[in-house]
Amino acid sequence: MIVSSLWRWIDHRLGVSSHVVPVLEHRVPRDVNWWYVLGSATLTAFALQVVTGVALAFTYVPSPDSAHASLQFISSEATLGHIVRGIHYWGASAMVVLIAAHAVRVFLMGAFKFPRELNWLTGVGLLVLTLGMAFTGQVLRWDQDAYWSTVVMAAQTARVPVIGDLLSQLVLAGKTVGGTTLTRFYATHVFLMPALIFGLFGVHLFLVLRHGISEPPRSGHPVEPDRYEAEYEAEMQRSGVPFWPTAAWRDVVAAAAVVAVVVGLAAAVGPRVLGAPADPTNLQADPRPDWYFLWLFAILALLPANLEDWVIVGLPTVGILVLVLLPIVAPRGERSPARRPWAVASIGVVGLAIGALIWEGQQAPWSPVLPPPQLAASTLAGLDGQAAQGAHAFEAHACSACHTIDGVGGHRGPDLSDIGARLTTAEMASRILNGAGNMPAFADSLTPEEVNALLAFLETRGGSASPSGGGG
Amino acid sequence: MTEALSRRRFLQAAMLGIGGVAAAAVGTPIVAYLLSPFFRSPSDVWRDVGAIDSIQVGETTEISFEDPSPLAWAGQTAQASAWLRRTSDSEFVAFAVNCQHLGCPVSWLSDASLFMCPCHGGVYYADGTVAAGPPPRALRQYEVRTRAGRVELLTHGLELAPS
Repeated sequence: MIVSSLWRWIDHRLGVSSHVVPVLEHRVPRDVNWWYVLGSATLTAFALQVVTGVALAFTYVPSPDSAHASLQFISSEATLGHIVRGIHYWGASAMVVLIAAHAVRVFLMGAFKFPRELNWLTGVGLLVLTLGMAFTGQVLRWDQDAYWSTVVMAAQTARVPVIGDLLSQLVLAGKTVGGTTLTRFYATHVFLMPALIFGLFGVHLFLVLRHGISEPPRSGHPVEPDRYEAEYEAEMQRSGVPFWPTAAWRDVVAAAAVVAVVVGLAAAVGPRVLGAPADPTNLQADPRPDWYFLWLFAILALLPANLEDWVIVGLPTVGILVLVLLPIVAPRGERSPARRPWAVASIGVVGLAIGALIWEGQQAPWSPVLPPPQLAASTLAGLDGQAAQGAHAFEAHACSACHTIDGVGGHRGPDLSDIGARLTTAEMASRILNGAGNMPAFADSLTPEEVNALLAFLETRGGSASPSGGGG
Repeated sequence: MTEALSRRRFLQAAMLGIGGVAAAAVGTPIVAYLLSPFFRSPSDVWRDVGAIDSIQVGETTEISFEDPSPLAWAGQTAQASAWLRRTSDSEFVAFAVNCQHLGCPVSWLSDASLFMCPCHGGVYYADGTVAAGPPPRALRQYEVRTRAGRVELLTHGLELAPS
């Protein structure tokens, strides 16, 4: 009795029944399906990031002399700290994956078309901000990867015409990575970008309510801006179902699944292991970005040098421009992917390209193996005299940093396991002394004896002459 | 009616004007503060990087030194490093560690006489010129001098852009 009158008092003041419930129960198409949960799933991942991010900020010290140590404390000493950090780490991946999947779903179903152009554009802003959060977040680990990622970021920014140098100083807060660099990324990651995300998300959600959830596309029912809104409204009146709870149960199930997967990974796998502390004097680094930027890492290694400036500046510019212009150029017409083969094909091509580049970035065959590995014992077995000296010279002169023999070594240059069968001695000598393509010239750093020994060793590789039977 | 409209217009303009002045009053110091890296650019300084005889003629070794503008809380990031080579009794050259492709740290492999970058496969000859991979130009060098038995190096920023 007293509870219900208290509720009536609160409800009148807050307007729950009069203003909130009707919004929750707004009509949505009867046939919305599981593809429609990706937006709320992204929001769930973001919510995980906010709560774990706030928790991490209780302990994390955004100072270059303490950040790494404070993260080590969080990861190994604070009660359940590794789970909190783990959720933040896996939640970041979840958010990147889900917002990308959401954007792809909206694109393939043509839901960006009239009257939802601004839904799309605010979503593009949220996508860019999510990638910005992913980058600034990995820098906050302040390990070697973070340090060198920051330098690489500044180097890319420096490629912008005219103002590049100034921009890179803005990224680093100076001409070197120093006392004010980390706080720049910290303030961007915990204040600036989250504030923008909250703001843009508010507009995005308002627009979803204002224009309604798009109906699943049907072939042969193109969007006609003159008629669309009236038809949509009539259809909602005729067959729409209340969002809460008839449609929303799928979102709740998906949100619970996101939480289960992220917390499960945090508990089972834990956060990314911290690398060695950021240290400009520790050059034994093998900097790699987190997986969501490996495709960019791969592009930067594979591009011809004369295209680099164009791609470093042009790729993000064109990418964002395409996403922004999309709903403005194509606000009408067919929504069904069955009638939009180019849309489907473009997603296929972009998806394959990013997937292949991430795979390549993970393998990084272009990176020399440092320090250069020792040859396998089986490779050395049976070698004597000059060939044995040559194998020693092969190791000493870092050939294995770039060349593999019998499965040991880098992949920057060709596999030399059977080089004796592929090149004549004269051809090998020419390549070693003069270089070729990406092979440096060693004429100045090898003695004639070493060259002869190397050639004797390489001649044993491959063909019937190989004492170890080859290996390639 | 026209009078009421112009009064309304005046109020709108006045409110926008007051708001604009207030925003500028708050925004100017904030923007200037955020752009402060442009206004307090540290000047290059000579740093002692060790005794002349700590390095053999022909040897190339990593040296570290304090960067031009160390802040009290910068910790290890106030440090910088370079590859120093003694070319004769009294002459030295120093190479920046940053690959001129995108800034990753190059390693010196003395037996191969090459600098190698771990990121995208840039390789440089002993004199810093490009041997392989994507770098668009040679490694940067520092000015080095010797004074009273010590080697000194003129610091500079990362210098990642073409000069």
